[in-house]
Amino acid sequence: MDFKQNYFEIFQLPQEFHLDVAELGERFRQLQKNVHPDKFVNASDREKRLSMQWTAQINAAYSTLKSRLPRAIYLLGLDGTDIADNPVLDPVFLMEQIELREELEEIERTDGPLATLDNFKTEVEKIMASFEEEFAASYSGGDHLKAEQAVYKLQFMNKLLLAANSVEEKLLDY
Amino acid sequence: MALLQITEPGQAVEPHQRKRAAGIDLGTTNSLIASVRGGVTEPLADESGEELMPSVVRYTCDEIIVGRDALAMAKQDPLNTIISVKRMMGRGTDELLSLGQRLPYEFAGGDSGMPRIKTVSGEVSPVAVSAEILKALVARAALSLPGDLDGVVITVPAYFDDAQRQATKDAATIAGVEVLRLLNEPTAAAVAYGLDTGSEGVVAVYDLGGGTFDISLLRLNRGVFEVLSTGGNTSLGGDDFDQKIAAWMVSNSGFKDEITHVQFRSLMLKAREIKESLSEKDAVAVDIETEGLKFSGELTRSRFEQDIAPLVEESIKACRRAIRDSGIDLSEVDSVILVGGSTRVPLVRQAVAAYFETRPLRDIDPDKVVAIGAAAQANQLVGNRPDDEILLLDVLPLSLGLETMGGLTEKIIQRNTTIPVALAQEFTTYKDGQTALLVHVVQGERDLVADCRSLARFELHGIPPMVAGAAKIQVVFQVDADGLLSVSATEQSTGVAARVEVKPTYGLAEEEITSMLKDSFEHAEADAQSRSLYEARVEAGRVVEALSNALDVDGEKLLSAQEIEVLREGMLKLESLVAGEDTRAINTSIEMLGKASEEFAGLRMDASVRQALAGYRIDELA
Repeated sequence: MDFKQNYFEIFQLPQEFHLDVAELGERFRQLQKNVHPDKFVNASDREKRLSMQWTAQINAAYSTLKSRLPRAIYLLGLDGTDIADNPVLDPVFLMEQIELREELEEIERTDGPLATLDNFKTEVEKIMASFEEEFAASYSGGDHLKAEQAVYKLQFMNKLLLAANSVEEKLLDY
Repeated sequence: MALLQITEPGQAVEPHQRKRAAGIDLGTTNSLIASVRGGVTEPLADESGEELMPSVVRYTCDEIIVGRDALAMAKQDPLNTIISVKRMMGRGTDELLSLGQRLPYEFAGGDSGMPRIKTVSGEVSPVAVSAEILKALVARAALSLPGDLDGVVITVPAYFDDAQRQATKDAATIAGVEVLRLLNEPTAAAVAYGLDTGSEGVVAVYDLGGGTFDISLLRLNRGVFEVLSTGGNTSLGGDDFDQKIAAWMVSNSGFKDEITHVQFRSLMLKAREIKESLSEKDAVAVDIETEGLKFSGELTRSRFEQDIAPLVEESIKACRRAIRDSGIDLSEVDSVILVGGSTRVPLVRQAVAAYFETRPLRDIDPDKVVAIGAAAQANQLVGNRPDDEILLLDVLPLSLGLETMGGLTEKIIQRNTTIPVALAQEFTTYKDGQTALLVHVVQGERDLVADCRSLARFELHGIPPMVAGAAKIQVVFQVDADGLLSVSATEQSTGVAARVEVKPTYGLAEEEITSMLKDSFEHAEADAQSRSLYEARVEAGRVVEALSNALDVDGEKLLSAQEIEVLREGMLKLESLVAGEDTRAINTSIEMLGKASEEFAGLRMDASVRQALAGYRIDELA
């Protein structure tokens, strides 16, 4: 068993940011059909253990690759770039962040209509898409420094999106 | 990969011998056992043709009665007649009392935080009560399926936490039932529908039972049932509707005294009757008299609906959250399946239809659909349908976390992560020469440890003494396909495996299960011996069968003739020992054969992984 295979190798997919998620899902299910513990209920203990380890590995690989931000971070990690906990960021970007945060707080404070929140989220997602493009271009062009910066920006935006979701939960009284 | 059903002549198992498998729906109100017979999956009935068995156990001085006869005595003998035991599974006495639910039993304190109910035949735990229900169901199976069952699939609410799952599995151990898998109830229902209709796409399963509520979203794709998200509430169900009606009766009766156990039981049974009538009628005449509590009047459906509306809304909120967690849009849900007796309540059906904007499906009896799905899965797991390609990919319902400084939770595995899952976390020592470490594992979504469920405290011993911070202890948390957590630990710099001691917060300790198992044999010594011989023989049969099937399929592809010969000899030796009565020799031989075939097992696993994507390499090159 080769646990040294990276997540892309497990699925035999090219090591790139742009990835066909439907195809990934297809291969994920195909692999699981062969290795899942349900297929080894009557097998030896060792096979059960191996099946369990493989399945857990395939699950981890799938959940990392199917979402864009974890995929980007994983790609950088494969090339030896670890993500910093407290990155230094472009001041212009930080200003924009503060403004967006204030906008969200305003929606929360005024119990703003859900449509306003929806618009806000759409806006955030749009910005994220542009950073994803920035990442993809820098990564495939070999500019890891720039790719890394794009990941930090995506992390910020992702946190903002999560915050928007919890405001939504509050407004909907989940 | 098909592992079974190919056997050479003269070997232990006859070709195409079907195994006996069953699916068990261990419900709050009713339980069922179902099996696949002659290609048809159906519930198994008792002697009088009844399929649903009330989940009621009555303890008397000299016998244990389960099912309808026990339910019949529930009013007269409330303290010794245990109903809705599922609501107590995996919970501590303190928790039960704080649920605000009235439980008509007397509790005794237990050592392990698990409640003990006082009965005339002694103290019983909820796990032991569930074991009695399981035994009665298995006995019923013996009527239609001759011989012992080879294995069962037991269903649990998807939202059951680790302690509740473990308690269910412990009940099966005590009942002496081989559990192939714990299966989530909504997933089982989806399997029953999926097999029935062959439908594909996104399915929502809304499961409101007697005591628990689950919502699961699944994607069905060519035999793969992938759970996208799950949510729910393990203390929301039809029982709560009954409580509302009971409260309404009491407040209108003008009765001021404290309600006795007998009165409470009568009220609840009456309430259930009223609720069931209100599914058909707009108003029901109510007449009750129990120990001086007297009331007659009329309950209208609209008044009833007004009382239960907040509970129903609670379930819809859980649906919203599950949709959010799944990452799909509400409009992508292709169909909605109703499961559980409480979905007969018209308000529930209306609320579900309104939220999902579709007419929910009820084609398969909502009381039976879970057992039917479980039976289909059991049949496949035991190996009766080797060519079938059903695969269930389920998720962890609640996040797992660790207690950190200041009573805060650090999540290590997020909810809705596909299981099985394994995760390694590194710990270090904070004092010079520290040789032990305490890890507190909790489950839940809240930030404070106090707001989550405490699962267990792990003590790691045997860490080599080093300066503070030098030890690197890797702790691996693993959740298996049953949704059960296990933990192992190793000190990285020296490779010493730390000993892990588990203290389940609300579960039974290992020794308690063993002693309960012993108790269940009347002549402990002799029976225990014959049982261990029996178990060794069964295990030997399983090992030989698995290995010979594996050799038939892959032996020549992966091994040399000599290697095959060694394994075949080992199998013959084991088979000859099985004929004798030396339990220890059988077990040693099983172990040796296991060691000898380890490498073969690894080779087979690699081959199957390669084979899985064999077809894909080509189109990647193209």
